[in-house]
Amino acid sequence: MIAKLLSILKKGWTVLRKPSVHYSLGFLTLGGFVAGVIFWGGFNTALEVTNQEAFCIGCHEMENNVYEELKTTIHFTNRSGVRATCPDCHVPHNWTDKIARKMQASKEVWGKIFGTINTRDKFEAKRRELAEHEWARLKANDSLECRNCHNFDYMDFTRQSSRAAKMHSTSLASGEKTCIDCHKGIAHHLPDMKGVSGF
Amino acid sequence: MKTVKLVSIAALMSCSFAIFTGSAVAADAVSDVKIATLREAPLNVEPTPPAMQKVSNTDVKQSRNYPMQPPVIPHKIDGYQVDLKVNKCMACHDRKQTTDSQAPMVSVTHYMDRENNFLATLSPRRYFCTQCHVPQLEAKLLVENDFVDMDHLIEADSNKKAKH
Ligand code: HEC
Ligand code: HEC
Ligand code: HEC
Ligand code: HEC
Repeated sequence: MIAKLLSILKKGWTVLRKPSVHYSLGFLTLGGFVAGVIFWGGFNTALEVTNQEAFCIGCHEMENNVYEELKTTIHFTNRSGVRATCPDCHVPHNWTDKIARKMQASKEVWGKIFGTINTRDKFEAKRRELAEHEWARLKANDSLECRNCHNFDYMDFTRQSSRAAKMHSTSLASGEKTCIDCHKGIAHHLPDMKGVSGF
Repeated sequence: MKTVKLVSIAALMSCSFAIFTGSAVAADAVSDVKIATLREAPLNVEPTPPAMQKVSNTDVKQSRNYPMQPPVIPHKIDGYQVDLKVNKCMACHDRKQTTDSQAPMVSVTHYMDRENNFLATLSPRRYFCTQCHVPQLEAKLLVENDFVDMDHLIEADSNKKAKH
């Protein structure tokens, strides 16, 4: 048993020592490493590119519907001049979450190819379903994307309207509710809300 | 022949000139005359619009000026969607939402149709809230309001009777 293992190890060692037909194994390893770096970097760059608003609204499905609606909201223009772009609310900042979202997003490419929402009517017909995915995501991560900009710990209730302060100091503070429970439709028009809790 | 043409052209030109100056005079005349209007410039002049006013956002109820007045909205309603798909106002003012929101419930009349039958949901004729209810601006009054409240009329009337 041990002898067998040893012979395997020996065999392996000879393979490693033996130069490959054209390049040394050392070169191959180093090359592999460099290629890996380039691939990794490229992958990350690709992630960065797909993380920009210009990329999102490259598709008319996104530009003609949700982007046009976003333009009239407080997240597009406001007194402070801070803009929320699509990835701010839709793509997690955390790297692993990012990959997971990107995997989900391949569904969008599928949708693009098959034209699932390529007209306004089709978009409106599918909007409730799409919105529900987003609500579920934000509910599950406790509105992580909102909190990337709006930090509860730094909210000054005395500077909020009394309606806002009352809600934020009770249901939100206790963790019973999260941003998306009360702030649906903050960036786009809402679909038919029949049966959605809170409406 | 040539002179006739020239003369007629000259006549036409002076004519149109007269029309231009005439209209200018007329426009001036409008701004001089005090007529009941909020327009502060002649019709053909684009005045600089007044500064935008802030919407009052105090959340403090204001009294109604007469018994049937639709109450004014004491808060901002920016971006609140009210259309066939959603009624954002009802997300707080609906009967079932008032526990959470602590907002006043819409009057029961809003659930009645024109025959006074009670419906399960908002009556379509009451659906579009901003037809009757509006937010207020923190603005100076443009014209003086000499509305006299019914209670004041009654009070004045009973004072008069007491004197006789
Ligand atoms: C290739 C064109 C295209 C691009 C680029 C694109 N989208 Fe989309 N998006 C679509 C289509 C098509 C759908 C509908 C998919 C379906 O039918 O399920 C969609 C759906 C969505 C949804 C709803 C997702 C769900 O779970 O139902 C969100 C959110 C979204 N896109 C955001 C974005 C953001 C943010 C970006 C930029 C990072 C972006 N999209 C880039 C075409 C695109
Ligand atoms: C890129 C940062 C950013 C992100 C992400 C973001 N916001 Fe905002 N939000 C802002 C800014 C900036 C304002 C405007 C502040 C101001 O000038 O009053 C704002 C304003 C608001 C307001 C006030 C609206 C009003 O009319 O006063 C609400 C409510 C709000 N955000 C909710 C959300 C929710 C819910 C999310 C998550 C879906 C979210 N925000 C995500 C930056 C962000
Ligand atoms: C229990 C319901 C509730 C929850 C949960 C909630 N909000 Fe609000 N929020 C309100 C109400 C009600 C208002 C005032 C009315 C409005 O703006 O529509 C408000 C107003 C705001 C405003 C504007 C402040 C002002 O003075 O008007 C911001 C910004 C905001 N919310 C952000 C958030 C963020 C970020 C979260 C999550 C961390 C959150 N809210 C969670 C109910 C809620
Ligand atoms: C302030 C945060 C915010 C920003 C910025 C934002 N979204 Fe959204 N988006 C949401 C929320 C929240 C939903 C869930 C539906 C709702 O509540 O309106 C949503 C829903 C969607 C949907 C599903 C269809 C729908 O209308 O419900 C799509 C597609 C989408 N967003 C794309 C985009 C694109 C593209 C951009 C950039 C132009 C963008 N969003 C910018 C918060 C945001």
